[in-house]
Amino acid sequence: MKGSEAIIESLKAAGVDVVFGLPGGMVIPLYDALFDSDLKHYLVRHEQGAAHMADGYARATGKVGVCIATSGPGATNLVTGIANAYMDSTPMVAITGQARSDLIGTDAFQEADITGITEPIVKHSYLIKKTEDIPRVFREAFYIASTGRPGPVLIDIPSDIQLADIDYKPAGKPDLPGYKPTLKGHKKQIRAAAKAIAAAERPVLYAGGGIITAGAEKELMAIAKLMKIPVTTTLMGLGGFPENNDLSLGMLGMHGTGYANYAVTHCDLLIGVGARFDDRVTGKLATFARQAKKIHIDMDPAEISKNVAIDIPIVGDARDVLAGIHAELKTMKREPKKTALWLEQVITWKKKHPLHYKDEKGAIMPQYVIEEINRITRSDAILCTDVGQHQMWSALFYSHIKPRHWVSSGGLGTMGFGFPAAIGAKVGRPDKVVIDVAGDGSFQMNIQELATAVCYDIPVIVCILNNGFLGMVRQWQELFWNKRYSETVISCQPDFAAVAEAYGALGMTITGKKDVGDAIRTAIKSKRPAVLDFHVKAEENVFPMVPAGKSIDEMIGGHKS
Amino acid sequence: MKHTLSVLVENKPGVLARVAGLFARRGFNINSLAVGITEDPDISRMTITVDAEEHPIEQVTKQLHKLINVIKITDLDPEKTVARELALIKVKSDAGTRAEVMQLAEIFRARILDVSKKTLTIEITGTYEKIDALEQLLAPHGVTEIVRTGRIAIERGEK
Repeated sequence: MKGSEAIIESLKAAGVDVVFGLPGGMVIPLYDALFDSDLKHYLVRHEQGAAHMADGYARATGKVGVCIATSGPGATNLVTGIANAYMDSTPMVAITGQARSDLIGTDAFQEADITGITEPIVKHSYLIKKTEDIPRVFREAFYIASTGRPGPVLIDIPSDIQLADIDYKPAGKPDLPGYKPTLKGHKKQIRAAAKAIAAAERPVLYAGGGIITAGAEKELMAIAKLMKIPVTTTLMGLGGFPENNDLSLGMLGMHGTGYANYAVTHCDLLIGVGARFDDRVTGKLATFARQAKKIHIDMDPAEISKNVAIDIPIVGDARDVLAGIHAELKTMKREPKKTALWLEQVITWKKKHPLHYKDEKGAIMPQYVIEEINRITRSDAILCTDVGQHQMWSALFYSHIKPRHWVSSGGLGTMGFGFPAAIGAKVGRPDKVVIDVAGDGSFQMNIQELATAVCYDIPVIVCILNNGFLGMVRQWQELFWNKRYSETVISCQPDFAAVAEAYGALGMTITGKKDVGDAIRTAIKSKRPAVLDFHVKAEENVFPMVPAGKSIDEMIGGHKS
Repeated sequence: MKHTLSVLVENKPGVLARVAGLFARRGFNINSLAVGITEDPDISRMTITVDAEEHPIEQVTKQLHKLINVIKITDLDPEKTVARELALIKVKSDAGTRAEVMQLAEIFRARILDVSKKTLTIEITGTYEKIDALEQLLAPHGVTEIVRTGRIAIERGEK
């Protein structure tokens, strides 16, 4: 068979049934093979959309997302999506065409050194030089992308390699002498962690995206329940611990809840699981959880003590390690009332500093839209977002209770991510209501994917919190730059509902609070791609907020007046 | 503090770029980097010297480990390591000074590789410090060109 057919066979062998992409000269052979295959291909309108769709698909399903682009500009259009997947540890395989082997290095038409360009933002990459390497490279790529700390892997394939003949044999087990992720936690360290937990009087569990990657929600809950430990999650960890549980503190950090930030500041033991002590979480490092002993459980040894000195490090799969700690704790003598005072303190903080916003007559408050989405979907939708104010309101005012129901660009902070990611999520989970909360600024960064959603009849609902601003930057300008709104006013806006209709989607403009719920219900019932343009209060801010460089207990807007 | 990292990598295209790129990205300055094949043709060894305090060297070795093609990293203990560097030094020298320069070379057990009317080219092998010392002694004569390989190092003993 041909190399291109071997690619299809290799994809099938990896369990792939869905790919997102856009053809071009250097992947015509691959697309020709796709034409006859039973792989489902979604044609995007911009390659960045393909990468984000693969990302959203991966996050919602736990499978590896796959995207395809041609060489040169097709490949470089994937770059933002690959960087986004890298920062959030999403398993992805990106396939790019390359100029013919004999032309590489000559600045041939549509030649770009994509393995070089993406080198800092992939877990690994390949430039295939021999057709017979195809099965092995694909086998390795999927293995690397999905194991250990997941991440994107890029495979660059010259067009002649796709055309050459190959005697296809499925690849055997990957042989990668330099790649051996540690799955099992060190027994002694697990015991030390259990001892520290049993001894703690003011413990806090701090869980990140690693909880969801590892599928460790039950193990996390078991420890929290057994030892009565409050749990806060990062943005990436939302859904890893149900927020309707009494022990939940919601999200911590720059826009975290007051009670989460106070609890972390005053705890005597901080147990970080699958989280990376990101600067948006820790605020000023010198004062972050300064009284606390710190346990850090992570798959990636390089994350341990990278930002914060750790007392008990445990490298391994979060599920395995937490199960081990739980088993140890059960054998220990426990005083169930040990954390009682601490929990009382946490409840006091919760009462004193609840999440809140001021309702204004005649305006739709953005937080209210999120609350309505939460009520109508009974916290069961897959919620996707871009980056900015709408993202933080979605993180705070929606009740995240299930894993893989929150798809948001965390590490890279990519505007334009949410909508294509939502399409990918809906492709992966057609049984779910999938809602993309967008900003009026960010939605226009990948608005063209409306065509993809309509063309394949993917009923994703976009809820634009339209405030006529690049809102988060405007908020910073308001608070720290003397209200000088330099280039954050986006007064020249399209009629989003009309744009949606022009693409063949359902479009609605909502200007009154009483219409918010009906619009969401109508969109869900329609089972069509829909764009709901909510005209919300323009200068509303996200609170609480920790100003950059401050300690996380130095929040502004964290007190209900 | 200067560290010498001995890094075993798969002998595949692009590996050097990945390793060097990682150092650049993480803000580490490479003092020298020497690469060569090992007794196993599928594996190369990189000897990398970096200036780093204890904490960041741990971070850089961990980050290096994340590269799929990196098999093993050893932060060599200077006490238990022999290290060498090779340098080729072209120094100005005419009939009047030739004997003196050759004598210097001899003291350092360096070899004369090439002689011209106005220059001598010297090959020297040794520690970083030894090469520096010869360089300084030759400087008054006028060194026109120096090529140094960077450090290669191996652990003492049977290992």
